Amino acid sequence: MPESVPNGRAGGTPVALKLTAKDFKSDQEVRWCPGCGDYAILAAVQSFMPELNIARENTVFVSGIGCSSRFPYYMNTYGMHSIHGRAPAIATGLSVSRPDLSVWVVTGDGDALSIGGNHLIHALRRNVNLKILLFNNRIYGLTKGQYSPTSEIGKVTKSTPVGSADSPFNPLSLALGAEATFVARTIDSDRKHLQSVLRAAAEHEGSAFVEIYQNCNIFNDGAFDQLKDPETRDDFLIRLEHGQPITFGADGQFCVVHPPGGFGLEVRPTSSVRPEEIVVHDATVQEPAYAFALSRLPGFDLRNTPIGVFRDVSRPSYDSLVQSQVEVAKAKTTGTPEEEFASLLSSGDTWTIL
Amino acid sequence: MTKQVRQLDRVVIRFAGDSGDGMQLTGDRFTSETAQLGNDISTLPNFPAEIRAPAGTLPGVSSFQVHFADYDILTPGDAPNVLVAMNPAALKANLGDLPRGADIIVNTDEFTKRSLAKVGYTVSPLDDGTLDGYALHPVALTSMTVGALAEHDISKKDAERAKNMFALGLLSWMYSRPYESTIRFLERKFAARPELVAANIAAFRAGWNFGETTENFSVRYEVKPAKMRPGTYRNITGNQALSLGLVAAGVRSKLPVFLGAYPITPASDILHELSKHKRFGVTTMQAEDEIAAIGAALGASYGGALGVTTTSGPGVALKGETISLAVALELPLVIVDVQRAGPSTGMPTKTEQADLNMALFGRHGEAPVAVIAPRSPSDCFHAAIEAARIALTYRTPVILLSDNYVANGSEPWLLPEVDSLPDLQVEFATAPNSEDGKSFLPYLRDPETLARPWAIPGTPGLEHRIGGLEKADKTGDISYDPANHDFMVRTRQARIDAIPVPDVEVEDPDGDARVLVLGWGSTYGPIGAACRGLRQRGLPVAQAHLRHLSPMPANLGEVLRSYDRVVIPEMNLGQLAHVIRARYLVDAIPYNQVRGLPFTAAELETMLEEVVKNA
Ligand code: SF4
Repeated sequence: MPESVPNGRAGGTPVALKLTAKDFKSDQEVRWCPGCGDYAILAAVQSFMPELNIARENTVFVSGIGCSSRFPYYMNTYGMHSIHGRAPAIATGLSVSRPDLSVWVVTGDGDALSIGGNHLIHALRRNVNLKILLFNNRIYGLTKGQYSPTSEIGKVTKSTPVGSADSPFNPLSLALGAEATFVARTIDSDRKHLQSVLRAAAEHEGSAFVEIYQNCNIFNDGAFDQLKDPETRDDFLIRLEHGQPITFGADGQFCVVHPPGGFGLEVRPTSSVRPEEIVVHDATVQEPAYAFALSRLPGFDLRNTPIGVFRDVSRPSYDSLVQSQVEVAKAKTTGTPEEEFASLLSSGDTWTIL
Repeated sequence: MTKQVRQLDRVVIRFAGDSGDGMQLTGDRFTSETAQLGNDISTLPNFPAEIRAPAGTLPGVSSFQVHFADYDILTPGDAPNVLVAMNPAALKANLGDLPRGADIIVNTDEFTKRSLAKVGYTVSPLDDGTLDGYALHPVALTSMTVGALAEHDISKKDAERAKNMFALGLLSWMYSRPYESTIRFLERKFAARPELVAANIAAFRAGWNFGETTENFSVRYEVKPAKMRPGTYRNITGNQALSLGLVAAGVRSKLPVFLGAYPITPASDILHELSKHKRFGVTTMQAEDEIAAIGAALGASYGGALGVTTTSGPGVALKGETISLAVALELPLVIVDVQRAGPSTGMPTKTEQADLNMALFGRHGEAPVAVIAPRSPSDCFHAAIEAARIALTYRTPVILLSDNYVANGSEPWLLPEVDSLPDLQVEFATAPNSEDGKSFLPYLRDPETLARPWAIPGTPGLEHRIGGLEKADKTGDISYDPANHDFMVRTRQARIDAIPVPDVEVEDPDGDARVLVLGWGSTYGPIGAACRGLRQRGLPVAQAHLRHLSPMPANLGEVLRSYDRVVIPEMNLGQLAHVIRARYLVDAIPYNQVRGLPFTAAELETMLEEVVKNA
């Protein structure tokens, strides 16, 4: 096993690797549908990675199944395109046994929230050192257009000709319910924002969960248009910034307040409240209820959709806890592994026949 | 009074009681004492799946059988010579297995109207002649224990609970067992409560002295040490041996071992055991489910560890898709299936060999893996190392088919020299391997092993992507090319078929047998004992036992064809027989039993006698 190399993550002295976006492009032809939001995300990630100053060989992308899960093939790093829903589990084994690596999981709404829902919530509760990028297009693309666990109720698709009867998951609420230590949302079309969120995720020790709204122009085109259309976006999007009062709208005409006696957060016209009533965003609030309340703001029409880092709190990662148990046990040994093993074999009640 | 001492060559004792009576512990201790004496031993625990089934009922009976002898034995024994029955349920549940003349020691204190009624006795079997023909020893175990502990400052409940030590003391006296290890054990077990150490030792001594003084027991027995190969021994269960084998594989490969596991009977003990051995670089992860367990193990293998997952049949069913992924990725992975009686939840604490088909064939697509099965508790150690060796050398998933019988049974184990264990060191890829030396081809195979290079993340210059989609030969790029797929499917099969495994050995001491008994896995002991029995009666029979089920030994076809008849006893409905018939066109005779219990040597002997006589 190679010693951990300086990669800006596992300690050591960082050396400038001078990588560029091109270094992260693999020789494989990218095969998403023309116009798919995945292209923008891929480009954003490829141009962001050099910033981390982590050697390509120490970066691993693990994915499940779905359109988004083809992602690792296009990254010139180590990568595994695994099976449906299981990427967080596979990445957990990799990350725990190789703390020197930077491990990223790329998944989609079906992959992460339907077939792989169990692995996702357990990776988050354990706080495994994974950066989990969930491309949410609210549809099954690769299987050609069935509704997904994030599709709005009543969605008409091939498998729901008269509309779906299932209530959707709110991915961030789910992640926060699992007490994820880092939870954020961003949009495929806003490269600058996307990269700022990736930056924060990469810096986070433990699980970082990033939902990326991604347009599937074939089966669910325009799902997030209100958040992108210059006409509507400013009135629909809440850009969260740590330490800043939460106001939004083209003229800052809306704000978020904690209504007295209420349980959550609410949007009000800024003019109707006193400035000190406006909630100042603090991603470091330990209690997940605050970030959860933020995650509940959007309505079905995507009005009041916060993007940015909802929560960023510190808790020891599963990897570090597991590794330290092994290290502590190893430190107590005196002999070679062979000697230690011989004494383990002969421990307990033994007898000797001459 | 002086007691008569009688020499025996072998004895089978069964301790039976309520789940809460401590019978497993009592049996364990008796086994340990017996091991110290140098007898050969084989044990069979039998307990309910419920942690505490309703007290005093038949489903709540837990038993532990130990067979010891002055020669090498192969099974825990068909029928007990001695039954210790702590209550009416234990008597009723086990009486059917006892031959006439057997000794029965009963705890009379528990033969109350109420306890009798619970198991449907209207009259006590101690009084109505049910036990005529047996050597009945009624002993007031509970009240004598409580009496012996009257001076001890412990609760009545604790005093009553020590009755198993009274029983152990009595049996230890009867069979002249050395008791020092039990004293030491009690001192360790109750270290935090010295009053219990004293009480349990006192109960043990009271039982011993009772044997010595009462007229109820007129004979004392001795079983001389067996002639065993010189060396240091310990008594070991299959699950312990398997765990140690996995630790050994880590030591000998110099790789960290990563176990992903989800609790499941009867495999959980391997997770428990391995979680104690972190100092060897063993990481254990109790995953959220069976699928995550194998996923994490595969992820660890991808990163350069020896990935292992341990489970039972229901878990293997869930892991199937990930095993197929491992087949496609061509990474090392050990999957341990401690088989239990199925289908579905079946009988979780009972044994069966019915996962062979699943191990060999139970995946989508053509997804061949190596399959091996240990034959006895101590053999689990070497089988685990062999599984790891194949996985690491040939970069393939290997399914290790243990079962509840070998997992929980125990036998003496001659401790191996660590240096004599196989060297499992592997080389990771470190440099590009293309002809021009410029690029890395993740599916360029070693011509000898057909294994692809194991290039682990962190290795500069070898960045590559792998996945479940079909890969082009050599480059590993995604490929939908028909010819390539055909080639890759055949190659994946060929590389498993080409794994060199030792020839199957045939035991046919006189060389004149016309009937061959072929077995696999845990049936080795009962088949071996049955064959011995036949040979002692002048009936020649040959025995061959498969450890490698995929690939099968190269000489197997030849061996099978050199006998007039081939009999295949299995604890399933003929899964190996089916494969053998299909593959070798041999008209093998299946002999099957699925009662959740191992074969008895006697039933196999009776069955084989018929075949041999008619051959
Ligand atoms: S189906 Fe949709 S998500 Fe999939 S590649 Fe095409 S546009 Fe993208």
